Amino acid sequence: MRWLKQVYNWFELRLQLEGPVGDAVLHPVPRNTASWWYVFGSAAFTLLMLQVVTGILLAIVYVPSAANAWNNLQMLNHDLPLGWFLRGMHFWGSNFMVAVVLIHMAQVFLFGAYKFPRELTWIIGVFLLLMTLGMAFTGQVMRFDQDAYWGLGIGASIMSRVPLIGGPLVHLLLGGPIIAGATLSRFFALHVFVIPGILLLCVAVHVWMVLKLGINEWPMPGRPVRRSTYIAEYHKLSHQDGLPFFPGAFWKDLIFSGAVLAAVAVCAAVFGPYGPTGVPDPAIIQTVPKPDFYFLWLYAVLAYLPPSLETPFILTVPLLTIAALVALPFLAGEGEKSWHRRPVAVLLLATIAVSFAVFTHLGTYTPWSPLMDAWSSDTVPEKFLHQLSPLERQGAVVFQAKQCRNCHSLDHVGGERGPALDDVATRLTEDQLIRQVLQGGGNMPAYGKNLSPSETTALVKFLVTLHPPGQKPATNAAGPPTAALSPPAANR
Amino acid sequence: MTDVVKEEQHITKDDPRVVSRRWLLLKLGVLINAAVGVAVAVPVVRYLLGPVKRKGAYNSWVSLGPIDQFPAGETRLATFENPDKEPWDGDTAKVPCWVRRVSGNTFQVFAINCAHLGCPVRWFPQSGLFMCPCHGGVYYADGSRASGPPERGLFEYKYRVDGNELQISAGQLPTLSTEAKNVFRVLNNEKGRGPCAG
Repeated sequence: MRWLKQVYNWFELRLQLEGPVGDAVLHPVPRNTASWWYVFGSAAFTLLMLQVVTGILLAIVYVPSAANAWNNLQMLNHDLPLGWFLRGMHFWGSNFMVAVVLIHMAQVFLFGAYKFPRELTWIIGVFLLLMTLGMAFTGQVMRFDQDAYWGLGIGASIMSRVPLIGGPLVHLLLGGPIIAGATLSRFFALHVFVIPGILLLCVAVHVWMVLKLGINEWPMPGRPVRRSTYIAEYHKLSHQDGLPFFPGAFWKDLIFSGAVLAAVAVCAAVFGPYGPTGVPDPAIIQTVPKPDFYFLWLYAVLAYLPPSLETPFILTVPLLTIAALVALPFLAGEGEKSWHRRPVAVLLLATIAVSFAVFTHLGTYTPWSPLMDAWSSDTVPEKFLHQLSPLERQGAVVFQAKQCRNCHSLDHVGGERGPALDDVATRLTEDQLIRQVLQGGGNMPAYGKNLSPSETTALVKFLVTLHPPGQKPATNAAGPPTAALSPPAANR
Repeated sequence: MTDVVKEEQHITKDDPRVVSRRWLLLKLGVLINAAVGVAVAVPVVRYLLGPVKRKGAYNSWVSLGPIDQFPAGETRLATFENPDKEPWDGDTAKVPCWVRRVSGNTFQVFAINCAHLGCPVRWFPQSGLFMCPCHGGVYYADGSRASGPPERGLFEYKYRVDGNELQISAGQLPTLSTEAKNVFRVLNNEKGRGPCAG
C-alpha cells in the first residue's frame, strides 16, 4: 500500500485539495440538523446528477429533428437494448426532481432557513427552481409528440400576449414563423446546453454557500435571528453542540439519495418511459393536449380565469410571484424561525400546497373541457326515456345529435363544462329552457341558428321531463305561461 | 516568489510613475477587450434575432386547392404546407385550417388554433360550433366567440379565389400578436352576437 500513498502524495502536492475538501466534509454542524428533514437538498443534487448522466446517454442517440425525433424515440423505446429503461429513468428522474425540489423549498421555508445570513442561498434556490421547471418544460418538448407540439402552441400563445414585442417574442421562441424543425433545435440547445450550464453553475454557488454559512440550525421557538448576534450564536451551536458533517449527518443524506434513486429505477422499470404520444402531425387534430403533472395546475388556472383577466394575470402574476420569493428574505430576514411562532407562514404554505393539489387534480380530469365524443359515444341513459311521448323522445335524439352531451352530463356521463341536466326541469321552467337553448348565456353558446323550431320544441319537451320522480318541474310563479312555444321567425 | 510579489506591491504603493503606467496599460487592455466584445456581440445578437422579421414578411399566398371541394354552406378541414419550410420540418410543416364556404365565392378560412392558447379547435356541423379540447373555448360557425375563455373569435386568413382555386395568405402561427388577419375585435359587442338578438 506504500505505492498508493506515494501516488496520493504526488497528486496532493500538485492539487492541494486535502485542505479544502477536509474543511468541507468535516465542518461541524449543529447536532440536531442531522435529521431526516435535511435530506431533500442532497437528494435534489443526486437527481440532478442522475439527469445529467441519463441525459448524456440519451443525447448520444437522440436526433433533434422535427422530421425524425418521434421515430427516433420509438427506436429508443423498442429497438435499442434497454433504451426504454434509460428513457424511463430520465422521465421519472425529472418527475422526482421537480417533486423533491418543491419539497426542499417548502422545508427551507418552513424552517426559516432563508433568514440572515442565508438570503442569497434562498434567492439562488428560487432561480434553481425556475430552471428546474425550465428543464421540465423543454424536456417535454424533446419528447416531440402531439403534447409537445400543442404545448409549444400554448407557450407561443402566452408569449403573444406581451404588449408591443409579443410578435417578435413568438418568432424568437419558435425560431421561425411556425412550430417546426427550428423550434425543436432551439429547445434542444436550451435543454442540453444553456439551462443545464447555468443550473450547474448556480448549484455550485448554492452548495458553496451552504458549506460556508453552515446548514440552518433546527428552529427553536424563542430563539429569533438577529443580524448582530446570529453568526456568533450559530458558531457556538455548531462548535459546542455539533458534530462533523461527515459522517454524522452525511449518512442520512446518503441513504435517502440511494432510496430516491432506487425509487426512480423501480418506477422506470415498472411504469416504463412516458410517450411519445401521437405523431406531431398538426393535421391530426383529434387530440387533447395536456402538459406533464408539474404544469397541470397552470393548465387548470388558465381554464378558470375570466377572459378579461387572463392577459393581465399571465403578464404580472409570474413576475410578482418571483419578486415576492426574492423579496422574502429581505422582508423577513430576522425574527423567529420556528413554525410554532410563524402562523402566517404555515398558513401560507398550507394554502399554496392545497391550491397546487386541487388545481393539479382538476387538471387531471379537466371538467372545463367539452368531451369531444360524448355525443356520439354516450347514449342517453335508458331510465330517462321511459314513458316518453314520441315528441319527447325526438327531443332526446336532438339532445344527442346537437352535441349537448359534450358539455352536459346525464347520470354522471358526459361533459362537465355545463351543469348536469338530470334534474334541469326543477331549476328552469319551459319558457326559461327555450330562452336558454335559443339565446345561450352563462357560458353556453346560443343554439338559435342551429335548431329548427320543431327541433327546439322537441328538445325542450324532453328537457322538461328531466326531474326526479318525486319532484315537480319548476313552474312560473307568476301564473301560467302566456307565450306559446314560438321561436322568432328569423330562425328559419 | 513571495518576495517578488511583496516587492511589486511595494513599488506600486510608493512609486506613482509606475502605478500610472501599469494602470494605463490595464485600462487599455480592458478597452481593447470591450471593443472586441462589442464587435463579437453585435453579430451574435443579429444572428439570434434572425427569426424576427417585419410584419407580414412570412406571409405569402398558398393554394388550398380547387374551390369545388368545398361545398357551399359547409365547413371543411384543409391542410397546406407552410410556405416557409425546411426539409427537417417533417410533418410539422403542415398546417391545417377550417374552410367555410358561405356561398359562391364567399369564403371564411379559419386558423385551426384557438384564440385562447392555440389548441386545435374541432368543427361540429350538427350544432354548428367549433369546440376547443384544451380549455373549452367555443365559437360559432362564422368564427365569432360563443363561450369559454377566448377573448375573441377565431383567427381568419385573408383569402382570394384565383380562377377555380382558393388561396389564402398564410405563413405564421396565428396568435394574438401574430394573427392571420384580424376579424373580431376583443370582446366587442358580444351579447349582440346571439343569433336571436339579430
